[in-house]
Amino acid sequence: MMKDSASRLSLWLLLTPFLLWILLLVLVPHLQMLRVSFQVRESWDTLVWGFDQYQNFFTESYYWRTFVRTGVMSLFTTFLTLIIAFPIAWYIARLARGRARGLLFLACLIPFWASELVRTYGWMILLRESGLISSWLQLLGLADAPVEMLYNDVAVIIGLVYNGLLFMVVPLVTTLDGMDENLVEAGYDLGGGHLTVMREVVVPWAMPGIVSGCIVVFMLTLGSYLTPILMGGKDSAWFTQQIFTQFITRFNWEQGAALGVLLLFLSSVIVWIGLRLSGQSLRKVMG
Amino acid sequence: MIRSVPRSRWFDAIYLLYLVAFFVYLALPLIVTGVFAFNDAPFPSLPWKGFTLDWYLADGTGGRTGLFHDDGLLSALWVSVQIAFWVTLVSVSLGCVNAVLFERLNFRGKELLYLLMLLPLVIPGVILGVSILVFYSGMANDASRLWGIELDLFRPGMTLVVMGQVAFIATLSTLVIAARLRKFDRQLEEAALNLGATPLMAWFTVTLPWLMPSIFGAGAMAFLMSFENFNTTVMLTGSDTPLTVALFNRLREGSTPVLNAVALFLMVGSALLAMVAMRRSDRG
Repeated sequence: MMKDSASRLSLWLLLTPFLLWILLLVLVPHLQMLRVSFQVRESWDTLVWGFDQYQNFFTESYYWRTFVRTGVMSLFTTFLTLIIAFPIAWYIARLARGRARGLLFLACLIPFWASELVRTYGWMILLRESGLISSWLQLLGLADAPVEMLYNDVAVIIGLVYNGLLFMVVPLVTTLDGMDENLVEAGYDLGGGHLTVMREVVVPWAMPGIVSGCIVVFMLTLGSYLTPILMGGKDSAWFTQQIFTQFITRFNWEQGAALGVLLLFLSSVIVWIGLRLSGQSLRKVMG
Repeated sequence: MIRSVPRSRWFDAIYLLYLVAFFVYLALPLIVTGVFAFNDAPFPSLPWKGFTLDWYLADGTGGRTGLFHDDGLLSALWVSVQIAFWVTLVSVSLGCVNAVLFERLNFRGKELLYLLMLLPLVIPGVILGVSILVFYSGMANDASRLWGIELDLFRPGMTLVVMGQVAFIATLSTLVIAARLRKFDRQLEEAALNLGATPLMAWFTVTLPWLMPSIFGAGAMAFLMSFENFNTTVMLTGSDTPLTVALFNRLREGSTPVLNAVALFLMVGSALLAMVAMRRSDRG
């Protein structure tokens, strides 16, 4: 009896900080955001319930176009990051040996000692009209006049892929590292070509790593702000930008909250679909 | 594809070329940013005009103000350090408690709570910032309007920034510390208990030292993530802007080599911190 109440006490002692954190910093604020998104301001101090903010989203094409664009570009960026990162992760996990292995892995981490702002700034110095690549092209005689390579969608994707790479390489290396090479050899012995072995043996094995990398990269890309705003052109708007505009320049919290809810909805749905299609669970890929 | 399967020469050559191209892609923006912190020209672009330390040391007399004399940037740096300190302290403490909660105890609803613990990882940073702003700042507004009470703590400012960053950094530090706790041999703790230690003594003399490398690792990670965060921070910051927000505002006005100087300074700082943390976790 004594022991029972003591263990109950220690459970509550440990549970309280967790609950305070998850309730006060995550759950309650998000519920409040959801509530505010259904409030309509009639005058400066009267609020009524309504769907006006969501109606605005669907009637003003600028909102939903940006929404769809952000989603599609984020998916594309995630896919591209996976394709670029996979051979690198494969090399580090399976082909490199000894010291080279550790060094290559560390080299993948280096860009992340700099913040997203610094990385984006680096790309701006390289790609803009007065930038290095433009100067080099002129020096080599490949261009006669300065070339503007910044402020377009390709630049945005270069920057976004760069930001996501680490979060793709690390989970891939971790899962590929645990793979038994006999499986691959067996695949070849049974007459499989490179592509078949890849499809039937390697990819299924690496699935947890692929899914967890894709989820993180997708989340980061969808929620990124600096890269699209600094590297994108006049018409490469990103959805996060509209949320910022509502909150910071227009002080329209109700509309901003609704846009926030929509972004959260989009990301949750896509993460959920990804988990379903690959037969993984959030606990397995994240925890 | 694996070492034991023969590969053609061409395949190897192309693979190697790809690896080189990849690492150039990774390193180029950072090298370029660092190098232009020392170019003796008012704009970070070619041609190279010679080496200078002005962008760190100039005191404003020659029309140039270096980082170490730029009061705006220095005070922003100090704000960032304070925020990162509190975020690290709170997230690592929460991480330790949560790790014990999920690795050692069994209770009803544990699975659900574990999923809730992971939740901040799948919420975009902007949304975390926005929701905390709406809830706390809205509460401060209501309190002021209805009862005339001023809850300045919950107005945009340092407290809100710390709260917003802890919301997701605590999850990461929990995962790091829990992974280490999972590998702990519980017989060591039982031995301590058999030898007459109280559970609390056993925790502080046996378990905590075992966790120390992961606590350092989680602390360094929390500090860096807090220092570099922009998306959550920008929604919650008040008049005392942290460094990333200050840099962003400068960058929108136009780029100067002072920005490169700050960037290089940050890179070197993070690299040192990361190396110290790695040393410590290797030893453990």
